[in-house]
Amino acid sequence: MTSGGAASAVPPEEIRAIPVRHTGRWLAAVAIAFLIYAVAVSMATNKRFQWSVIRHYFASSPVLHGLVVTLELTATSMAIGIALGIVFAVMRLSPNPLVSSASWVYIWFFRGTPVLVQIIFWNFIGALYPHFGIGIPLGPQFTHVDVASHITPFVAGMLALGLNEGAYMSEIVRAGIISVDEGQTEAAQSLGMTRLLTMRRIVLPQAMRVIIPPTGNETISMLKTTSLVSVIAVTELLYSVQVIYARTYQIIPLLIVASIWYLIVTTILSFGQYYVERYYGRGVSRNQPENVLLTWWRSVLDVPIFRR
Amino acid sequence: MSAMVKAEGVHKRFGRLEVLKGISLEVQPGEVMCILGPSGSGKTTFLRCINHLEKINSGRLWVDGELVGYRQAGDRLFELPDNEVCRKRAEIGMVFQRFNLFGHMTALENVVEAPVRVRRISKDRATAAARDLLTRVGLADKYDSYPSQLSGGQQQRVAIARALAMNPKLMLFDEPTSALDPELVGEVLDVMRGLANDGMTMVVVTHEIGFAREVGDTVVFMDEGVVVEAGKPREILASPQHERTRAFLSKVL
Repeated sequence: MTSGGAASAVPPEEIRAIPVRHTGRWLAAVAIAFLIYAVAVSMATNKRFQWSVIRHYFASSPVLHGLVVTLELTATSMAIGIALGIVFAVMRLSPNPLVSSASWVYIWFFRGTPVLVQIIFWNFIGALYPHFGIGIPLGPQFTHVDVASHITPFVAGMLALGLNEGAYMSEIVRAGIISVDEGQTEAAQSLGMTRLLTMRRIVLPQAMRVIIPPTGNETISMLKTTSLVSVIAVTELLYSVQVIYARTYQIIPLLIVASIWYLIVTTILSFGQYYVERYYGRGVSRNQPENVLLTWWRSVLDVPIFRR
Repeated sequence: MSAMVKAEGVHKRFGRLEVLKGISLEVQPGEVMCILGPSGSGKTTFLRCINHLEKINSGRLWVDGELVGYRQAGDRLFELPDNEVCRKRAEIGMVFQRFNLFGHMTALENVVEAPVRVRRISKDRATAAARDLLTRVGLADKYDSYPSQLSGGQQQRVAIARALAMNPKLMLFDEPTSALDPELVGEVLDVMRGLANDGMTMVVVTHEIGFAREVGDTVVFMDEGVVVEAGKPREILASPQHERTRAFLSKVL
């Protein structure tokens, strides 16, 4: 007889045991609930938060305009950063030593200087090069551009943030490329695919799985780094509220207005990241990213008092 | 020159380590050559030299009468540009020990990719051909599966279909069953047997002595970068002339 024969004494229904009491968890929950309550009361009753001012400026046109500029700046500098990042990562991995060291120098320079300095530098580039042309040095010139009229503060900020981001992105992209198994490249080569085609069709799409999560971080970080261009008077979100509080001295409420907007956009970006990650994770059954809200909701439903 | 593969005194070094020490052999069109030997004997390296995944250091290697990786003018050799190397590789199929299917593509997309991107065949035609090939290797119901959803044997059969999609004149197999569970080896060998019966020229690095005996036209035994002996499978496997071959076969048989 097998051991299964003895199972006749064991009831077949699902196990319903009395759960262990987690006294510590309940105490922690009470403490946290009390803290939330205390903070909420203080924020509601402290008149100096000036909630009416926050409400008044929250959707006012200068603030919304600033928000749009912040979003434009984030999108364009990230686009520049990602494009440069891919180019410099591929260059860095090139067998040509000159090409790979050129990439190394770029990363060295733009990671090695403060982004605030780079922003101010680009703003004053017109002082260094009043004119910009394409041609042969000391030889004939083909085109000619007046720098001062084209490098507006917005363009200066976009260039500075984009070039700086390119250096960081190229390290992220390089890590992604390296993470793809060598066998993928060999299989592609054995099918007659060129280096470029292999990179574009086989390696980069699979590297994306590794590249996306830190890129999401970089985008969220960029959203807030754009506030630095307020120093060159680009009317992005922070600068817009600064202009208002310079006039009304309502510094704290207006900073809260800006912060709430930053938080809202960050939240939206995090959700976007989840869907992008899921798209590039296809073909890989494990390590699918979690939907944070859904996981949270399930864990709430799992608390004994909500469980039926 | 009629041989599909011809090697003369092929040497290959990795740094100071000499992996191939003068390999000379010929594979005729339609022939199935099985290369046996202990690990580290250089058989995989030799296979990779045939489609120029590795550059040889000396000797000469021809595929279908053309030098691999070089162009000869008089007695001078010129390295081939990348696109020429790619064009020649496209005519040689290769199957790897670890399958190396493209992980972000379904089985069908894996097979369609190279004909569309390299040969520039229309997507519809390539897809129809890919379906036929996958059906031929017994995977008609797995078109839309990703590699991670397939067993090792199924992945390797997709990999064979992917190589065949380029209509290669020569197929290279690098220990195609070594990474498989024992019960999945048979399905891959069956596909290879079918290919051999259809007249495909094949060079197979393998540890499957049974397959070499049954399907191989020639068996080559390699050790420490040299061909120890070569000949008909029945002769080599039944009555090896060299002590080294005998010792190896007594361990694997």
